[in-house]
Amino acid sequence: MTELSADPPVPPGSTRVRPEAIRAVPLRHPWRWVSAVVVLIVLGAVVDTFATSSLHWSVVGQYLFDARILQAAVVTLYLTAIAMVVGVGLGILLAVMRLSPNRVMAWVSWLYIWFFRGTPVLVQLFFWWNINTILPYLSIGIPFTHVMVQASTNTLITPLLAAILGLGLNEAAYMAEIVRAGIISVDQGQTEAAHALGMRRSLVMRRIVLPQAMRVIVPPTGNETISMLKTTSLAYIVTLHELFTVQQDISNFNYKIIELVIVASIWYLAMSSVLTVFQYYIERHFARGSVRGLPPTPMQRLRRMLFQFHAAPPFGSAAEPDGEPWLPPAMPHSGM
Amino acid sequence: MATPMVRAEAVHKNFGRNEVLRGIDIEVAPREVMCIIGPSGSGKSTFLRCINHLEKIDAGRLWVDGELVGYQERGGRLHELPDREVCRKRSEIGMVFQSFNLFPHMTALENVIEAPVRVKRESAAVATERGRALLDRVGLGDRLDAHPRQLSGGQQQRVAIARALAMQPKLMLFDEPTSALDPELVGDVLNVMRDLAHEGMTMIVVTHEMGFAREVGDSLVFMDSGMIVEAGNPRDVIGNPQQERTKEFLSKVL
Repeated sequence: MTELSADPPVPPGSTRVRPEAIRAVPLRHPWRWVSAVVVLIVLGAVVDTFATSSLHWSVVGQYLFDARILQAAVVTLYLTAIAMVVGVGLGILLAVMRLSPNRVMAWVSWLYIWFFRGTPVLVQLFFWWNINTILPYLSIGIPFTHVMVQASTNTLITPLLAAILGLGLNEAAYMAEIVRAGIISVDQGQTEAAHALGMRRSLVMRRIVLPQAMRVIVPPTGNETISMLKTTSLAYIVTLHELFTVQQDISNFNYKIIELVIVASIWYLAMSSVLTVFQYYIERHFARGSVRGLPPTPMQRLRRMLFQFHAAPPFGSAAEPDGEPWLPPAMPHSGM
Repeated sequence: MATPMVRAEAVHKNFGRNEVLRGIDIEVAPREVMCIIGPSGSGKSTFLRCINHLEKIDAGRLWVDGELVGYQERGGRLHELPDREVCRKRSEIGMVFQSFNLFPHMTALENVIEAPVRVKRESAAVATERGRALLDRVGLGDRLDAHPRQLSGGQQQRVAIARALAMQPKLMLFDEPTSALDPELVGDVLNVMRDLAHEGMTMIVVTHEMGFAREVGDSLVFMDSGMIVEAGNPRDVIGNPQQERTKEFLSKVL
């Protein structure tokens, strides 16, 4: 790359003398002030209403770190994790099936998605929890022989398993559509180039298409995970001791219903906030290669803000501002 | 006479009712550089894609290095080749695309070593060593760790050439390799291709670069609406075209 000289020759008809900076009277926005005041008054009224209610914040504080609540929060977290693992794994499988040239595969996948997206998740949880009423025994055996393993459905379907089945299988239907959208978003030329190199279908999917599809798949998957965190509360119907069930169990004794709902809400909020932070960094990781420079992390942004405050580039300078992650492409060095 | 590297006999291809190739006959000898020119939609790219079976042909026969492309003849009937065989044959043919199609989530070096490691099962060390050498050869020895988006179009296309060469192909197909490039970046890519031709690589190049075709090509084919209108020595075809259609086309591009 040739050095840019500090003073490039001035073409005729242009001037390098910088005119005086513009100092105009700024436009006033009175309605912004009015609307802000109105909103703050409404907010104040709401806060005041709750502050003067007979809500006992001390009860909230008392139960916030109660051992039962903490344990329930852990159950909520790992139910979220397991249900999402089931959902993502099965979702990828369903998406690949849906895009398969095999018609039967595509059709079965379509049927699954149609069914599990078309019925409420609460109904599905209820179904798995009560499946023992129609299938008292589950057995796996080798057809046409008497070799068989049998188990009572009642002992097999624990609250946890019912919750995992209900939430995970339902989630798979949504994840399948998300993964499918991701796969379709990858440019056809990528598959073609990979095939031209002699790569087989499965390898192309694993090494070329899915990693690129991740950029499209990850953001909605993060939303699904946060949504799942809250949907786990429906597992109260299968009597699983997760956050919502446990806070209800406690308030059934002491009648501090709203206080315990607030305790649960604080934990739900805290956990979803942590997941949001994770989501940001995972998205950043999968943006590699899709943008010239990665978006800055909040820390980097803060640092740059402080730095640029007193390092505005001088007028007419061709230099990029400091701290910019963008790298200008180098010029090819072999001339014609 | 040696087996031709590519031989086409009455190759036909249609997309639905649209006939894209209407009887292509060519022969490309080993070490030959054949350039294919013609207006867009004339079927040049489709024909190139038939050679490594990215497209199936509908009639005629197509051989690469003496073997039928995509099929096997047994008991007087054609049998489709299994996926594994199609892939093995493709791995021996390099292809360079107009839009580069580098893998954006991998660095330049990773792009180059992906197929040798995953398809040919070479050790990462061996593949990396050759990958570095190849990138060095196309003038990008200092951009090994750059992602495609950090490279100019000309640099990307040279990485794409290195990626194809990493499989040590016996034939290279170029599908308008410079058409998506800024004019000042075309030269670097053509230089790499010229060197490759001088080293004896068999190449089929679909291009609009008449200078390259005249200077580097051993033979030139002018295609229009799915047929070969005129073929021969590049200097003759470009300098003294016999067919009216060829004259008309050349008068517009030269």
